[in-house]
Amino acid sequence: MNQRSDEILLDVQDLKMYFPVTRGLLRRKVADVKAVDGVSFKLKRGETLGLVGESGCGKTTVGRCILGLYKPTAGKILFEGEDIATMPEKKLRKIRSRMALIFQDPYSSLDPRQSAGSIVGEPLKIHRMVSTKQEYNERVEQLFRIVGLDPSMADRYPHEFSGGQRQRIGVARALACNPPLIVCDEPISALDVSIQAQIINLLEELQDRVQGLSYLFIAHDLSVVRHISDRVAVVYLGHIVEICRSRELYENPLHPYTRALLSAVPIADPFVEEKRERIILKGEVPSPLNPPPGCPFHPRCFEAIAECSQISPGLQDIGGGHEVACIRVPGYRISA
Amino acid sequence: MGELLRVNNLRTYFKTEAGIVKAVDGVSYHINEQEIVGLVGESGCGKSVSQLSVMQLINPPGKIVGGEVLFEGHDLLKFEPNGPEMRSIRGAKIAMIFQEPMTSLNPVLTIGQQLTEMLVLHMRMNEEAARKRAIELMSMVGIPAAEKRIDDYPHNFSGGMRQRVMIAMGLSCNPKILIADEPTTALDVTTQAQLLELMKDMVQRFRTSLVIVTHNLGVVARYANRIYVMYAGKIVESGSTKDIFRNPRHPYTMGLLRCVPRLDEEEGRKLVPIPGLPPNLINMPPTCAFLPRCSYKVEKCYKEVWPELSPVEGDTEHYIRCYADTKERVSEPAKR
Repeated sequence: MNQRSDEILLDVQDLKMYFPVTRGLLRRKVADVKAVDGVSFKLKRGETLGLVGESGCGKTTVGRCILGLYKPTAGKILFEGEDIATMPEKKLRKIRSRMALIFQDPYSSLDPRQSAGSIVGEPLKIHRMVSTKQEYNERVEQLFRIVGLDPSMADRYPHEFSGGQRQRIGVARALACNPPLIVCDEPISALDVSIQAQIINLLEELQDRVQGLSYLFIAHDLSVVRHISDRVAVVYLGHIVEICRSRELYENPLHPYTRALLSAVPIADPFVEEKRERIILKGEVPSPLNPPPGCPFHPRCFEAIAECSQISPGLQDIGGGHEVACIRVPGYRISA
Repeated sequence: MGELLRVNNLRTYFKTEAGIVKAVDGVSYHINEQEIVGLVGESGCGKSVSQLSVMQLINPPGKIVGGEVLFEGHDLLKFEPNGPEMRSIRGAKIAMIFQEPMTSLNPVLTIGQQLTEMLVLHMRMNEEAARKRAIELMSMVGIPAAEKRIDDYPHNFSGGMRQRVMIAMGLSCNPKILIADEPTTALDVTTQAQLLELMKDMVQRFRTSLVIVTHNLGVVARYANRIYVMYAGKIVESGSTKDIFRNPRHPYTMGLLRCVPRLDEEEGRKLVPIPGLPPNLINMPPTCAFLPRCSYKVEKCYKEVWPELSPVEGDTEHYIRCYADTKERVSEPAKR
């Protein structure tokens, strides 16, 4: 796709985010919702990593921790070499201009009382990226062009734009400070089918144009994630169960959950569908309030054995950068 | 397989301050016994309104202004929407499952009360027999411990379980036709797969025809025998699932197939977005509504009104509503 270097932009190490459940007058802590429970991954400059999983699996929480919107319970988030997980708020503000977020819902993520131009330009003012009014205007105009909007529309308000155009405004705002990292949280799921491709293509084009731009692409739609990402991490109940190159995800999925997830996504081709393996999972995702012992997936797993309820498998590279967390995968070494 | 339902030239308009919205404008289709029919289109194309019209569930400012719905020798549109004839059909012979399992159940009644209501009303069962049947139906759709859960309220159920209740309810009176309007859109991928598979098995068991209304091309590719593609209140293409996917002939269908990412696509595939926006259904010109976005348009498209559905040459099952010759430019090969 674009010039991918081997330089690590983001290194997440054993990230944990627990939300306390309190009860009673004294708000005593009675339990933890383990939204993210030991997630580790690396993101290179210029790379797109997809985080895919079902609702409640913790993928959005991971994104929010990286942006510094939550203080993680434990773990490290090294961004450009600095740990932002423990960074004081004041210092974090500076780092925030280096990362941006594209939201899911282009209807509620834009202030209805703010003009499109001022929405896109606001980060420039906050982070003092421009010094003169003229510079500001030029940059806003440039941003509008980059995302395929006519700069003359800068005075209009969000309600005057269509859903696709609004998401373009959201993309322009994210690009304003020229950040090396953009977290995209379900950026197309609120859009119409025929409009989704426009935004996907826009994101891809931007990466070709802006050197070293990395995306953390969070979504539940496996086809979309696979399309846009270089590598995909599959998240289940606060854990990453598999990370691999996008191509391998479809051709050689190893974790039983990944296989079930893939088989649950229908392909728009009846001839391919006829021949596909169907794995219909039993039951539902357990509550992160009371996760099962051992492997989080074992109660629903069709390959589970007795040991699966005792061993909590960590991610292990089983060749070519394909990491998986399952003791049933051939080549996975169970450490004592 | 005989024909069960035939809809002729159905038109449903909504009178708004801005003008008349022709949500459904001349839709004709049929449903055979024991088949699964897919109705595909983007939001606002009229697919849901057409189904609500068949059930006569259109409220002001909407109005069914014309057409016929032929079912068991009667034109359903001749019946009073709330008259005894329509009430004996709605829910009993033609049943419907809605998109939002959260809002389509009454929160203040137990699941049992809501399930037995129809059995008492339509099947003339007494309370005891109805309760027994309700428990039976609940276990059939895979709700564990049905005899206990029958006295629970909707909020005690997860989204997937609620949709299972809806399926049990839809099938409780052994209908001839079950209409499922985006039945799994609000749910997670693996739950979606569970429920669609369940619905397929259940309609086979009950010898019911199923209409799946969806925007998801994959879902219809996997389950439907025949497909109707809708755009701007009209059916633009119809045919067997295999014909439509192997040999799509309407530019809109072709565009849809090219703009969605596929799980099994080759790396580096570029999506081809459909340019422009879905039309505003107020004050539509008499020409083809897809014309402004179409890349196959010919002179005739501008001069003449939108053509009727006509068979693709040599095929009595495959129909399109288009003047352009799309044959020479068959869509991108679907094979990997």
